[in-house]
Amino acid sequence: MTSPAAPPDSAAGELAGLPPSPAVWCSGLRKRYGRQTAVDDVSFAVARGEVLGLLGPNGAGKTSVIKMLLGLVRPDAGEVLLLGRRSSDPRSRRAVGYLPELFRYQPWLSAAEVLDAHVRLARIPVDAAERRDCLALVGLADRAGDRVGGFSKGMQQRLGLAVALVARPELVVLDEPTSALDPIGRVDVRDLVLSLKSRGVAVLLNSHLIGEVERVCDRVVILDKGRVAASGTLAELLGQREVRLRLGAADGRAEHRLRTAGALTRSGDWFTVALPADDDGVTVPDLVRDLVDLGVRVHAVEPVRISLEERLLGILRHEGPGTEEPRR
Amino acid sequence: MTALTVAGLTLREAARRRVVWALLVLTVVLLALSAWGFSKLVGLDTDVGTMTSGEARLVASLLLNLIMFGMSLIAAIGTAFLAGPTLAGEVESGQALALLARPVRRSAVLLGKWLGLIAFGCGYVVLAGLAQILVVRAAVGYWPPAPATGLALLAAETVVLLTLALLLSSVVSTMASGIVAVGLFGATWVAGVVGGIGGALGNEGVERVGTVSRILLPTDGLWHGAMNAFQDPVALVQMGPGEGGFPFLSEAPLSPVYLVWAAVWVAVVWGLTALSFQRRDI
Repeated sequence: MTSPAAPPDSAAGELAGLPPSPAVWCSGLRKRYGRQTAVDDVSFAVARGEVLGLLGPNGAGKTSVIKMLLGLVRPDAGEVLLLGRRSSDPRSRRAVGYLPELFRYQPWLSAAEVLDAHVRLARIPVDAAERRDCLALVGLADRAGDRVGGFSKGMQQRLGLAVALVARPELVVLDEPTSALDPIGRVDVRDLVLSLKSRGVAVLLNSHLIGEVERVCDRVVILDKGRVAASGTLAELLGQREVRLRLGAADGRAEHRLRTAGALTRSGDWFTVALPADDDGVTVPDLVRDLVDLGVRVHAVEPVRISLEERLLGILRHEGPGTEEPRR
Repeated sequence: MTALTVAGLTLREAARRRVVWALLVLTVVLLALSAWGFSKLVGLDTDVGTMTSGEARLVASLLLNLIMFGMSLIAAIGTAFLAGPTLAGEVESGQALALLARPVRRSAVLLGKWLGLIAFGCGYVVLAGLAQILVVRAAVGYWPPAPATGLALLAAETVVLLTLALLLSSVVSTMASGIVAVGLFGATWVAGVVGGIGGALGNEGVERVGTVSRILLPTDGLWHGAMNAFQDPVALVQMGPGEGGFPFLSEAPLSPVYLVWAAVWVAVVWGLTALSFQRRDI
């Protein structure tokens, strides 16, 4: 699913009637600040229940895109639909939770009062117990009555997570959700995103921590200089998996057997086989069994997997693309 | 609904920040000093003999206006510096991000802020003003001719200044909006005094300065209406014609047309603020 299913050009009202409207759909977003083009022709979609990672270097336009989705910044061009409604309609944000990159909450209110205010503004009946649970979920249960002004940055970010989650969202937008958190907090956020995903809540995650994105995201959109440099599922972006084998006494028959498994490259007694995308997990065991039957000594079998970080750096440095051409 | 929630938050902010305490302390000091001063007026020895209670009431009516001006100045500075952080400050700090990402209209958020600030500013002016009137009554037995009208006009003056401060805070930074609002308030008052002097001297050109400034920013016009409601009508007669230059007496009550203009002014400035806030990138 590399290209978003574009909704028809009809009014948002009609779209609202269709059940599978994406959580986010945007097309042709453009924004200039003075002479600087921050966002240029960005289009993507986040399906319901999907976790989409937004990656890119500083100044790539990630936060600007998020703010345009939420109606905080006016796009110069382009369209946004949130949960099936045009983003110019405030009701489109009815079931949206947002943790901004610059998280700051009313310092004169207590954590519980901040949540109360957001529940009232969201106009969703969330009872006191559920609000307490929400604070407990982010580890602030025993600080509910304390003024936000006395909170550390990490605690404020945790409160921001609670604010994003409190009004039973169907879409959660997290902009650098772990920037102020310690390693335990980061794991908490990862678990939180996975639990949202399991409940069918769509998540748009902007993070510099590529490892985190790789662990939780179904799909990734890579932005560079305001444009979509690449997008796709992790499997698509990371390319085919490979397996490296160190073999002794490999003859022509063994090489022939290796070639039937996938494209082969050889360097000394190391053989690298590119596995098919639809590999169902039996290719490698079968290959090893056959090689042993052929009298080959199998010294090592290593899976080779390019990391998202390597792939991201490759895309940003315009090195050879993988399975998907960068959209330039 | 959104507006009421935001108004409640704004009032809570005012209550929990030091603004309220600073205002309270200032007001109590002002009230105590004025009570002491007014109590000394009766039986005061002057060059022309001991002041009678009638004369004391006359002086009291002048002093009441002076103190009320002090009150309106405190309210002006207090609300202007409260209005500044409320829009510009929240946008600058990032507080507005999570708030405006809720299903709310920006105009409703603005209305809430405005209502909250008005409730706070007007509440202060009316309560502190009423306390001052009661202090004067207890000290010298002077009761202004139209205290309710006077207090309402003082409250209206606060509304005008607050609306201006909100407009400024939607276009310039926090600090600048407060300073500019208070500066304009002071400039209009000075222009009003200059206009009064022009009137007293029969110079139409100078008099027009006051008239024009009162139209551009209705704070001084409303203040003159309030003074007229507080002062002893005898004072004008006693001071004689040509008192126009005196900044703490007002010759005539406000015309209904001017009140309508002040209302239109507030509506237009509010509309401009809503427009500017609507278009602003947060």
